[in-house]
Amino acid sequence: MVVAQLGKLTLNTVSATGRWALFCGRSLACIRSGGELGARIVRSVFELGVRCVPVIAIVSAFAGLVLGLQGHYVLARFGASGMLGTLVSLSLCRELGPVLAALMIAGQAGTALAAELGIQRSTEQIDAIELMDVSPEGFLAGARLVASLLVFPALTSLFVLIGVTGGWLSGCILMPQDSDAYWSAVHEALKSRDVFECLIKALVFGLLTTSLCAYQGFNAHRSGEAGARAVGVATVRAIVLSSIAILAADYLITAALL
Amino acid sequence: MNPSPNPVAAPILEISHLKKSFGPREVLRDVSFSVPAGAILSILGRSGTGKSVLLKCIVGLLKSDAGDVSYKGSSLANPSALSALRQTASYVFQQNALFDSSTVYENVLLPLQARRRGTRAEWDMRVRSILGRLELADAAQRYPSELSGGMQKRLAVARALVTDPELVFFDEPTAGLDPLRRNAVFEMIAKLQQESKFTAIVVTHDVQEALVVSSRILWLDAGDVRFEGTSADFSESRDPDICAFRDNIEALREAVRSMQTNAAH
Repeated sequence: MVVAQLGKLTLNTVSATGRWALFCGRSLACIRSGGELGARIVRSVFELGVRCVPVIAIVSAFAGLVLGLQGHYVLARFGASGMLGTLVSLSLCRELGPVLAALMIAGQAGTALAAELGIQRSTEQIDAIELMDVSPEGFLAGARLVASLLVFPALTSLFVLIGVTGGWLSGCILMPQDSDAYWSAVHEALKSRDVFECLIKALVFGLLTTSLCAYQGFNAHRSGEAGARAVGVATVRAIVLSSIAILAADYLITAALL
Repeated sequence: MNPSPNPVAAPILEISHLKKSFGPREVLRDVSFSVPAGAILSILGRSGTGKSVLLKCIVGLLKSDAGDVSYKGSSLANPSALSALRQTASYVFQQNALFDSSTVYENVLLPLQARRRGTRAEWDMRVRSILGRLELADAAQRYPSELSGGMQKRLAVARALVTDPELVFFDEPTAGLDPLRRNAVFEMIAKLQQESKFTAIVVTHDVQEALVVSSRILWLDAGDVRFEGTSADFSESRDPDICAFRDNIEALREAVRSMQTNAAH
């Protein structure tokens, strides 16, 4: 019984992964379908990116503040208070920045995307697009995938910048750390390969998050539920799968690049 | 009002031995018929007899289990023929399927953008022209949710007709509308068909209205075609099953009308 269930789960997972891969392929291959590609990309950058700036700014500021505070107390125990800038900048650039920024964007823009496409599916808007001889994948998801390649690195960079500033604020303004030592440690610690790793992660997380959220919304009718409940299931799946994918990809990329 | 298509006109659409099941439930058993160019064909039948499923199988939104659909002589199993159908046909959904995040103007513009024929100025002219014809010009910058049910239906029709289609599918165009609006929708379909000469396939429950505007009738019952012919033949038929269908529907409608009248008093 357990083996049968396991087998069924495996088959379903493999099948869903294949459908997701096909969805991504069609989205990019038919990206021009429906015309107005430039306008769609600009609108997607706004929806995915600009609307997420406030949440990214707030979360990154607090992440930096906490890192500065914790770093100050932990490093002081080892007499290494001067390493605070190194700790904050490397933590944010290599790990926390890409991961937390991606989770925040998935939470705000990803769920909105899944819900929007889910509603479009349940109200036959996607069928209407298909009957205009337009690829619904290319028209609805293609531009958003391209936009994610711009938005995720930009918002991740913003996250790191604000986070490092937050670390300076709590470590050097609220705590008795030296500002010059902090910024010179940041400058010395960050190498181009750290920035490269940060941007690679942002790109991969962007593609994963956007494609998974779009796929879940697009296929809301396959969720086993109908109507509004199907949209709810699709939205929950979108955020859960995106979060798992971000953390799993983070481990794989870190292991590959270390 | 019945438009009379040229009886020798080649069929624009031919459906052969179409079958569709959902699990153990056979929805379409062996459906075959053809649609002459320029006709208004109404597909009649009770709820759950597979009328909408038939329409969705024809346009490829649902995959049939067996059978074939040909458009202008080419099988729609061929992707290029299916693409040709979608380029020259339009579909009015039962629930309208309007793009709720786009304005009325943008809803009507999208099919033109999708087909990429003509210039932006031509698109603008055509959108404004069809909105004017369907009395939606003043609502161009409003969203579908801000429109009444009748206006939403007109918007769905405007979106379908803006590309000058050769073939238009109407899936229950009067569903959920009161009798006055139902008549208005059928009048609109007949008038627009006279003006634009498209072929129309209308799925409906409204027998009397369908008989007035249609040139041909297809009666679908339990997944089978029970009648295919002219609307005159259908209305004059003495076949007991057809009579029972016509009388049942009309008796039910009369009962509902009298209930509404009593409630109003």
